[in-house]
Amino acid sequence: MSERVPILQIGDVLLVSIQTDLDDQAVVHLQDDLAARVVATEARGVVIDITAVEIVDSFVGRMLATIASISRMLDAETVVVGMRPAVAITLVELGLSLGGVRTALSLEKGLQALERSRGARTDPTA
Amino acid sequence: MRAEADPVVLDITANDDVVRARQLVRTLAQECRLSLVEQTKLVTAASELARNTLVHGGGGTMQGHLVDDRARRGVRVVFADSGPGIADLELALTDGWTSGSGLGLGLSGSRRLVDEFEIDSAPGRGTTVTVTKWAR
Repeated sequence: MSERVPILQIGDVLLVSIQTDLDDQAVVHLQDDLAARVVATEARGVVIDITAVEIVDSFVGRMLATIASISRMLDAETVVVGMRPAVAITLVELGLSLGGVRTALSLEKGLQALERSRGARTDPTA
Repeated sequence: MRAEADPVVLDITANDDVVRARQLVRTLAQECRLSLVEQTKLVTAASELARNTLVHGGGGTMQGHLVDDRARRGVRVVFADSGPGIADLELALTDGWTSGSGLGLGLSGSRRLVDEFEIDSAPGRGTTVTVTKWAR
């Protein structure tokens, strides 16, 4: 049966690192699990690490966009980190530019981006 | 072990067969020495088409093999189902047109990711999609 992707918590950030080739059911589970965990943990950020992901097709691409939208509605911001160049090229050619999804090149940069936008949120003069 | 010219054949009847389809096509693409970007495009197209075979065709088969055309070498993959078929091919190949819950990028997007794309379908006759990617 399809596996569940582990969701880790670091402070108020949830971290998901996709390490295997997921089937569509596992992708849908991940979307649902993340929404539930954002609410349960009152997380303010979600980082999805796709460093190990060799292809992102329209199904996974849609999942990334949907997770970003759901999280936003639940007061958390999503950053997708570690996209491979070949994956980016393929996604654009496929017709998916993931306009509403924030990205960063590495986990470190993704966490920094979340911190910055949190600073901007708590201190309107910053 | 298989001889290089033998086709790989896969039944697509469940979600994990779509994963297997990706893995088999990746192996073929590597054997053919496609570049990493070309491999990624072909495997992504195969993923879209295998999902179509499963979701819209009600299951079917995938067959992949290496092809030679004079100086060129490539990978050809055929997805076949005996599902309801497609009445309006032109419409089905339009970006954003969807028969269900998807984004409508499966057929039109995968066509952009390969070098050759052929589709044969009619209502009640199922759908066969043949794609080829050539090594540069």
